[in-house]
Formats: sequence, C-alpha cells, structure tokens
Amino acid sequence: MKATATRYRFWKWALLVLAALAGNMGPTAAAGPQDYAKSGGETGEPGGKLVVALRSEPKTLNPILSVDVTSREVIGVLNADLIHINRETQRTEPALAKSWTISADGTKYVLQLRREIKFSDGAPFTANDVVFSFELYLDEKLHSPQRDLLAIDDKPIVVKKLSDYSVEFDLAKPYGPAERLFDGLAILPSHLLEKPYHDGKLQQSWSTSARPEEFAGLGPFKLSSYVPGQQMTLQRNPYYWKKDPRGNSLPYLAAVTFLFVPTEDAQVIKFQSGETHLLERLNADNFTLLQRGATAKGQCLQDLGPGLEFQFLVFNQNHLDSGKAPDLVAKQSWFRDLKFREAVSLAMDRKGMARLVYSGRATPIWGNVTPGNKLWLDPNLPHPERSIEEARKILQSGGYSWNSGGTLLDPQKRPVTFTIMVSSSNVQRSKLATLAQDDLKQLGMDVQVVPMEFRALVDRLLNTKDYEAVLMNLVNGDVDPTPEMNLWLSSGETHLWDLGEAHPATPWEAELDHLMEAQMTTNDPAARRKLYYRVQEIVAQNLPFIFLVSPNILVAAQSTVGNFHPAILEPYVLWNADELFVGRAGAAKCQ
Amino acid sequence: MSMNSGHRQLLLLFSLVLLHVFMVVPGFFAPYDYSEQNRELPFSPPTRLHFIDSAGRFHLMPFIHPFRASEDGSAPYVEDQARAYPLHLLKDGAPYRVLGLWTARLHLFGVEQPGRIFLFGTDDFGRDELSRMLFGGRISLLAGILGAAMAIFAGTVLGVLSGFYGGWLDGLIMRTAELFLALPWLYLLFAVRAILPLHIKTTQTLLLLITVVGLVGWARPGRLVRGIVLSAKERNFALAAKAMGASNFHVLRWHILPGTYGVLLTTAALLVPQFILAEVTLSFLGLGVGEPVPSWGSLLAELQNYSVLTSYWWMYLPACSLIVLFLTYHWASTTLQDKVAEVRS
Repeated sequence: MKATATRYRFWKWALLVLAALAGNMGPTAAAGPQDYAKSGGETGEPGGKLVVALRSEPKTLNPILSVDVTSREVIGVLNADLIHINRETQRTEPALAKSWTISADGTKYVLQLRREIKFSDGAPFTANDVVFSFELYLDEKLHSPQRDLLAIDDKPIVVKKLSDYSVEFDLAKPYGPAERLFDGLAILPSHLLEKPYHDGKLQQSWSTSARPEEFAGLGPFKLSSYVPGQQMTLQRNPYYWKKDPRGNSLPYLAAVTFLFVPTEDAQVIKFQSGETHLLERLNADNFTLLQRGATAKGQCLQDLGPGLEFQFLVFNQNHLDSGKAPDLVAKQSWFRDLKFREAVSLAMDRKGMARLVYSGRATPIWGNVTPGNKLWLDPNLPHPERSIEEARKILQSGGYSWNSGGTLLDPQKRPVTFTIMVSSSNVQRSKLATLAQDDLKQLGMDVQVVPMEFRALVDRLLNTKDYEAVLMNLVNGDVDPTPEMNLWLSSGETHLWDLGEAHPATPWEAELDHLMEAQMTTNDPAARRKLYYRVQEIVAQNLPFIFLVSPNILVAAQSTVGNFHPAILEPYVLWNADELFVGRAGAAKCQ
Repeated sequence: MSMNSGHRQLLLLFSLVLLHVFMVVPGFFAPYDYSEQNRELPFSPPTRLHFIDSAGRFHLMPFIHPFRASEDGSAPYVEDQARAYPLHLLKDGAPYRVLGLWTARLHLFGVEQPGRIFLFGTDDFGRDELSRMLFGGRISLLAGILGAAMAIFAGTVLGVLSGFYGGWLDGLIMRTAELFLALPWLYLLFAVRAILPLHIKTTQTLLLLITVVGLVGWARPGRLVRGIVLSAKERNFALAAKAMGASNFHVLRWHILPGTYGVLLTTAALLVPQFILAEVTLSFLGLGVGEPVPSWGSLLAELQNYSVLTSYWWMYLPACSLIVLFLTYHWASTTLQDKVAEVRS
C-alpha cells in the first residue's frame, strides 16, 4: 500500500505488489516450446517515439534500492520479472519463467526459465542471474524494501539453482498469494553487478548518474541518455524476449522519452499542446477540461472507474505519554469511543464529496476494499446512509450533549474541538477536509483544518504522533489482501491509528491479527476470501478509519498511441510499454 | 476629466473610507455567511439581475431566476424561468458579528429562500464569492494594516534613536537594518509555523506571522526616518529649541517627529498593499488562514488550479477588486507625496 500525496509515497515495503489472486493455486503450467513470449495485442507499427511526462525525477535506477513511484515506473520498463501480473486481467502470466510448478503443500516452487535470451547488452541470461538477484534482495546489509516480503513468517526464501534454466524456491510456510510473489522483482545481470556487490559498492551502482553502458536489463527498453532536471531517454532493447502474434520483435517503439514536469497542470498543458503522448493520474477537473477539446483532437480520455485508492479520515489512538501531551490524551477519550467514530462516519456526505471534489468521478466507500477490487470486495458490507439525526442520537446515547450555542459537549462537558491535518499540496484532499469540517459542524463539533507540508505531516503521523486526526489516502498495489498486512496487524508498521502496539489493544484488533495471518498462509482461495470478508466486516464495524471515497483512475492518450490499454493497477498506462506504438491518428481505441 | 485637487482629494478620501467600511462590517454588505455551502451549486456563474419579466413589464426592483443544473448538459447551469425572486433591500438573513461586539441579521440586500443570489458566482463548494470576498478583505486588510503599523512603529523608534543619538548606536542599528534587509523572511516564516502547535487558530497564526513579517520589515522605514531626523536635528529651529534649554524628548516630540509624519503617511500608503500581498503570498504557500475562513490570498490561490483558471471567469473577481484597492492606495500615496512636497516648499 502506499500514500500518494503527490510525489512521495511512504510505505515503501508495503507498497510492493506481491500478492496473490485466488484461484491460481496448485501446479500451473504455461509452457511452450519457444523461448520467446507472445503478446496478445494488436499488431503495431515499429519505430515510433513515445514521450511521457513524469511528476518527478527517478531517484535511482537500482531496483534493489528504489522506493519512490517514479523510480519504480522507469525501472519497470528497463527490467523484467520472473512471473508477472497482467495489469489488465489481474492474473499472473509467464515472464522470464516460461512455466512453473508448486508443490502440493505449497512450500516449494520450481521455475523453468526461458532459454537463449539475452540482456540488453547481449550477455546471456541464466539461472545464475536469478540466484544472484535474490541474493541481493535478501541481503540484510542492502536494506532492500523487497526483503520484508521475501521473508514468509520471518524466514527468508531459500533459492537454489537446479540447472542453468531452472530454479527452486523454498518457503517456510505456504504463501497465500503464491506466484504473485515474483511480480516486480527485477532480475539483474550478475556479469555487471557481481563485482560491485562483492566490493561492497552495490549501493553506489546504477544511480541516475551512471553511464548508460553500465546498465543492462531484460526489459523492453534500455537507458540511452539522462539530462538532470529535463529528461531521460530510453531506446529499444534489441534482445527483448517478446514477439507479437505475427512474429515481429517487440517492443514497437524505437524510444521512450520521460520529461520531468513537476505539476499536473503543467503536464496537462504539455499534453494539450501535443508535446506528450500519455497522461496518467489526472484529476477530475483536468479530465473535464481535456474532455472539452478531446473530440476535436481525437484524444482518447478514459475513466477506468474506481481504482484501488481510498481516501479516509483517521483519529490518533496511539498510546501516548499523558505528561507530554495532556490535551491530546484528553481528546483521545473521544477518538477511542466507537460511538464518536460512528457519529463522525454517519455525518460524512460521501456523495457530496464524490460530486464536488471529483466531479462525480469517485465512488463513496464504507470499507477498505474499493469497488475497483471486484474479486475481494465483500458484497454484504453495509452502506449506512448519511444521517445527521442518527449521528446525533448515537452521540446522545454515548453521553454527549449540546450547549445552548449548539456546541457538542463530551460526557465531561468539555466542548468537542479538534484539528484535521491534511497535505497542503493536494487540492482534492484539502477540499475533502473542508467538506468534512462542514459536515461535522452540523454535529456541533468545532473542527479546524490544518494544511501541512507532506513530509511534516508524515513526520507527525509516524514519528512524533503529535496530531489529532489526519485526512489522507492509501493505494493498494495489488488486488490481493496480503500487501495490507502492515496496515491491519497490530504490530504492523503502518497500523496508522495506533502504531507499534506490543499487544493488540482491543479484542477486535486481536481478531484482525489472527485473520490476516491465517489468510496469508492459507492455500484455499475460498477460505482466504472468507477470512478477508471477516476482516472487512470488523473494520467497517469498528471504524479505525472513516472511509470516504475512492477516486476513479483517469488517463489520457493522444490519438496516435496504439495498444493503449490502461489498467487500474499501477503503472496505469505504461504496464504494456512493450506493445505500445505511435502510429497514424486514430490508433488509440477508446473503450 | 478635469477635477480640481480639492475634489480629487475628497473623492480619494471617500473611496478609501468606503473600501474600509466594507471591510469593517462585511456581514451587512454580504448576502450570506462566508462558510455557507450550497453543495448542489458548485461553480455557479454570477446570478443575473432582471428588470423586465417575461410579460414585458418593467420592474424598478430587479428580480432573479435561480440556477438549476441543466438537463441537456450544454452548460452546467440554466436559469429556472419558472421561478422568480425579487431583490429585497435591507433584508434579514444569516447572523453575523459586528466588530466582534454584537450580533446582527440585517443585510443590505437578499432574496427570499429558497432563491439564492450570487452576484459574483460561487466557488467549488457553492459558497457565495461576493460574501467571501467581503469577509476575506477583513483578514487581508487587517494583515496589511497590522503589518504596516508594526513596520512603521519599529522603524520609527529605531530610526529616531539611530538618527538622533548617532555614534555607535547609529552604527549598530544601521548594520542590523542591513542584516534584516538581507534576511530570507520566507524561511523564517516556515520555521515560525513549524514550531507553533497545531491547535492554534489559523487566523491567529496568520496575524502572528504578519506581525513577524512587519517587525522584520522595519529596516526600510527605519532608514527613512533616520535620514529625516539626521537633517532635522541640525536645522535652526531644533538647534534654537536646544539652546533655550529644551530636553531631548521635547525637541524630538515637538520639533523633529512632526517632520516625519508626511513621509510616514506616504510609507504607510505604500506598505499596506505590500503587506496585503504578503498575506496573499502566505496563503499561496499554505501558511495563510485555513478553511473555511476566506482571505483574498486564499481566494486567489484557487486560481492556481489550471481548470479553475481556464473555466470560471468569475473566480478572477477577487483579483480585480485587489487591483482597485491597490490603485486607490497608490493614488493616496502619490497625493500624499505631492502634499508633503508642497508643505516642505
């Protein structure tokens, strides 16, 4: 999961997409005699150049060290993984591993690798590269963000080379998400990185200042040039291992240029003027703005519906030292009161939020699984309608009252007043906070919205814990529930409402711990679904988060971009970079 | 247009007073409360005033047709011709506080509920822009006047000390002034905001920040005052007063300070808009007053959004009124300058 306040996303480890989809268990085979993979897209025109704007510069091109979204997006087209999640079907498909088997007890995976394929510098790819890559991911000294996910039940995965083209992975326990584990783990060239690794210089390798010759990857593109502050250009990898149905080598594009454009508005202006081909992460206002001119220019604007992002309000329930923050600790008696949280949730005008902040391009939500995640969403979750009266009744039954001026008083007759912290750089979230403030005013709560620079906000949220409530968002990296472990486990590092509990503070948090651990180590998809439905029920009943809305994923492409199949899983538009092409106008087919 | 200088000054005085009266009792001139949301009418264009009804009859008192969402989607809103609400003068409406002392309900104009009149359109939450602009002026003008007063007060005290006593004190104060001129005040403000606790009201925070900006801005008026004091204390009337045994305080109070008044007034007329702009800058940076309290800075900050900038022209109206205010202040400062020159000669 990750927070997307503009550029920074802070739960690095949790954000990695390593999870499983139910129904993919047991021996699977996608074997074929050829060692080239076949794509399923429309046949494209080779030779085009694609220009895309990025919000920030990648901080590194080293897959072992990267944590920010931009770095991962660029790394994603330079490298390849063993088994890949198809962003469109949301199911796994063979990548560098052409087939795999999973033992009956779910702890042993044997992967058969493609033969005779090459890195972008022409060196051959073998099982040695796989073993070497996992050695790096698992090395404690390198602090790779992926390491946490490769340790099942705190025991790291054991990787064994069986032959030049087959590798075995041994897990300590069965892993619910199964082979989704391998998605996003780039395979690195041992012939280039082995020396720096043994010299202890891996952390300095593959920085953005490294020369293009120092890199080699298995992705569709390779680095060609980088101008700090301006752009990064990639060129076609001639040794890429995929072909289209007619046998033409992929990728179609001769080059991809990433322009660094720091604001969304500037990106929209560049797109309007035709300087860039694709736009991802559009807000609803800009989407509407582009729609006005889109038909004339033939641009393809797509509203993919709700994604995996959710906006929510969370109250500070951390166990704090009452000597240090007496005011806050006194207010926590409200925040820990379920009736208080229920009343807040009932007062929220979620429909109004979707309409006013997202021009209707968002869906009200009452739980952590968004409507975009059709596979895991509990259909029986209640959707209580907004009711100020009902909320007032609940507060009254909890001992709250109102004074003559209409101010809400708690059972000790103190006026209820608190602050909501919100990232100052995110327009949508500031607006949500303003609406929430007005909704809570109707319950007699005096709420102040405090816009704050995002890093200062994260520091208060995770380190100093000096805040009362915060309005923020999370984005699931995958549809599977396993990446949410850090959020729901009472010991989890992003258990936001009460960080680092030594023991579950409440019985329902203890039950969440049990359910999340059980779903991760269960192989039966139906059983996992049942466990996760119960998680959703508990969360909806106890409201550690007040869920608000899930914004739609909005993307755009120029009419010349072919094979444009945006998906609600990140990276929304570049996931099939190997199939994209720039051709005649009208190549973009809008669904 | 020809106007003699007396008339011009009267007109100037009148417009300055009028502008400030708007800000002293914004609640009377504003038809609604600044925080009142109309969630079904976001970004509604300004309401049109009609004088002639569908039957062709002329009405002395204009009436309005309320907006409703259009069904065919050609425009976001259309006028609902079936309903008409006449404009009422001196109408009871949302309560507001006058100078923080008593509560009133009387508004200059309004229409019957459920009719709504938005002469400047609405913002993204359907809040009346005119009301927000009038209430926003309160914070912005307060910030401007407070900042200017702080700068002038600190500048005068230090400038007089520096100019009158001279010597090492003069050297110290003037070097400090140079230091203050070179200070990156933006970072200072960020630092001040970061150490303030969260629950301080944002309005208080803003005024505190403006005070800091004002105090930091003492150097320019300080230098000006020092110059005047330096020259005045050598002039015959000051020397004569001293020779007749007047105390330093007496000479300062009755012979030197009066010479600075003209310049200070002119400086004030220049500084007030400068501090209003400072508030605008602070709001742009998210250091201004928080929602739902409006300020001209936060109203302008909405124009940072590309889609607002290109789609809703009425969101520029706060900027236009800022221009009018600044021009009036500029006019005041040039007139004052002429006056000072006239008196001097």
